[in-house]
Amino acid sequence: MEKIMPKLLLLTAAVSMFTTLGIVFTLLFETFTFFSRVSIVEFLTAKEWLPWNEKSGSFGIAPLVTGTLLTTAIAMLVAIPVGLASAIYLSEYATERTRKIIKPILEVLAGIPTIVYGFFALTFVTPLLQKIIPGLEVFNALSPGLVMGIMIIPMVASLSEDAMSSVPNAIREGALGLGSTKLETAVKIVLPAAASGVIASFVLAISRAIGETMIVAVAGGSSPVLTFDVTQSIQTMTAYIVQVTTGDAGYGTTIYYSIYAVGMTLFVFTLAMNLLAQYISRRFREEY
Amino acid sequence: MLTMVKEKTIAPTEEKAVVYRTKELNLWYGEHHALKNIELDIYENEVTAIIGPSGCGKSTYIKTLNRMIELVPNVRTSGEITYRGRNIFDPTYRVEELRTQVGMVFQKPNPFPKSIYENVAYGPRIHGIRDKKILDEIVEKSLRGAAIWDEVKDRLHENAYGLSGGQQQRLCIARCLAIEPDVILMDEPTSALDPISTLKVEELIEELKKNYSIIIVTHNMQQAARISDRTAFFLNGEVVEFAETDQLFSTPADKRTEDYITGRFG
Ligand SMILES: Nc1ncnc2c1ncn2[C@@H]1O[C@H](COP(=O)(O)OP(=O)(O)OP(=O)(O)O)[C@@H](O)[C@H]1O
Ligand SMILES: [Mg+2]
Repeated sequence: MEKIMPKLLLLTAAVSMFTTLGIVFTLLFETFTFFSRVSIVEFLTAKEWLPWNEKSGSFGIAPLVTGTLLTTAIAMLVAIPVGLASAIYLSEYATERTRKIIKPILEVLAGIPTIVYGFFALTFVTPLLQKIIPGLEVFNALSPGLVMGIMIIPMVASLSEDAMSSVPNAIREGALGLGSTKLETAVKIVLPAAASGVIASFVLAISRAIGETMIVAVAGGSSPVLTFDVTQSIQTMTAYIVQVTTGDAGYGTTIYYSIYAVGMTLFVFTLAMNLLAQYISRRFREEY
Repeated sequence: MLTMVKEKTIAPTEEKAVVYRTKELNLWYGEHHALKNIELDIYENEVTAIIGPSGCGKSTYIKTLNRMIELVPNVRTSGEITYRGRNIFDPTYRVEELRTQVGMVFQKPNPFPKSIYENVAYGPRIHGIRDKKILDEIVEKSLRGAAIWDEVKDRLHENAYGLSGGQQQRLCIARCLAIEPDVILMDEPTSALDPISTLKVEELIEELKKNYSIIIVTHNMQQAARISDRTAFFLNGEVVEFAETDQLFSTPADKRTEDYITGRFG
């Protein structure tokens, strides 16, 4: 038994590794097929994404990328400040008891299926926002962006809190002993000391927002337009993939292959973010 | 008993100013009565040593002097501590103000994970000094004051964690000098250091005494005898004896003090 166990465990590790490799391989393969039909230059430089038009179609990824970046930026404007403030509160101010109550709540929030957030955005947040912003379309970037931000708050809060809590108390005492207030200690000593973990949590949050699908598919719309107007209907990369896979684009059509190229682009974005997060936590790791 | 000892020791130094006066101080950690009716005066420009066996309340007492003890949940105090005539437990006394007057050096060196320069400049910065030239001056003066300037002057912008333990401790003393305190509290500042670093810190304390009042907790009786002017012997949360150091070590008034300093218990 003692001899078999390590091999079994290795096998399970190998299965997940090969699955990942398989996915990346398929993605690459089908992306190549797509680029044999549509030039990579058009994909990267054209300003329109009109895949449904058989004759005069255009495959410029830009509108999908801006749609993604727009919702991601809105989400970050919510998630980073609120998440960071919650982390500071939890690690520096909350009593042990409060922390024990709030942390599980955050974990529950993180476990809500994203489709629920999607409907919350479409049926509650959008109508509410329309009362404030008259020109707001039914599908828009603002509402799913905000809701996505709310969804990501627990992740930022929890990861940043972990980083801040691991700063030794002796360092806090050093600062308090010099007459700094609790807030000064939190912001000028603890936060910089935990910088790598905190920044890594931001980067992972961005990665999460870029890859988020259901909220933007439900509430963001399906109009790939190159715009930075948050009140308009947009389409993100993920939402496009949902649209195609749930529609009736036949196997072997250019549209069919286009989702692999979009998927590849998405993969490059999130991979870059994850690598960046890893680099940051390794490069700036604090040793106390 | 206690008052008798006090009268005896205070008389010849009546002219010296009292920095801290502790009256009937009691402290509880939850139900645990850790300090019992402490009566103690700390004099200006003196080194006051606090000795006693482990768990007798030495750390608790000096952490009460700058109200650091309040970081521990469920701590309760009664009685009075006045610092320069002002009750430190007075609700109108801002704890940050008190801690600017009373610096603290901890048992384990605890520099900030920043550069050497930033470690020293931190205190003055939070107290509103922005001018780069003034900060440079304070940093140099404080590092010189802590007898570490020559060792670090060429690496001011390197991380403080690259220093040795003894250097880190002197950096922490420099960091404390930078806020120009009146009193310096030291809780076993040399217990984590090698003998040579210990000697350097002791010499430093000798030097600092000219300008500051110092209260030092130590387990090392030779150290107390070497560097302090006055010594308080704590036992089970009480002050058994408080006298001039020479007197306490040569002719202790209490049997328990004698037993402790001759190594019969503790
Ligand atoms: N945070 C705390 N919570 C509860 N009890 C505490 C706490 N800190 C100290 N005590 C108790 O108070 C008493 C005095 O502790 P203190 O740390 O002041 O002793 P000390 O004289 O500094 O000992 P040492 O020489 O070992 O440092 C001890 O009985 C200790 O167990
Ligand atoms: Mg102690």
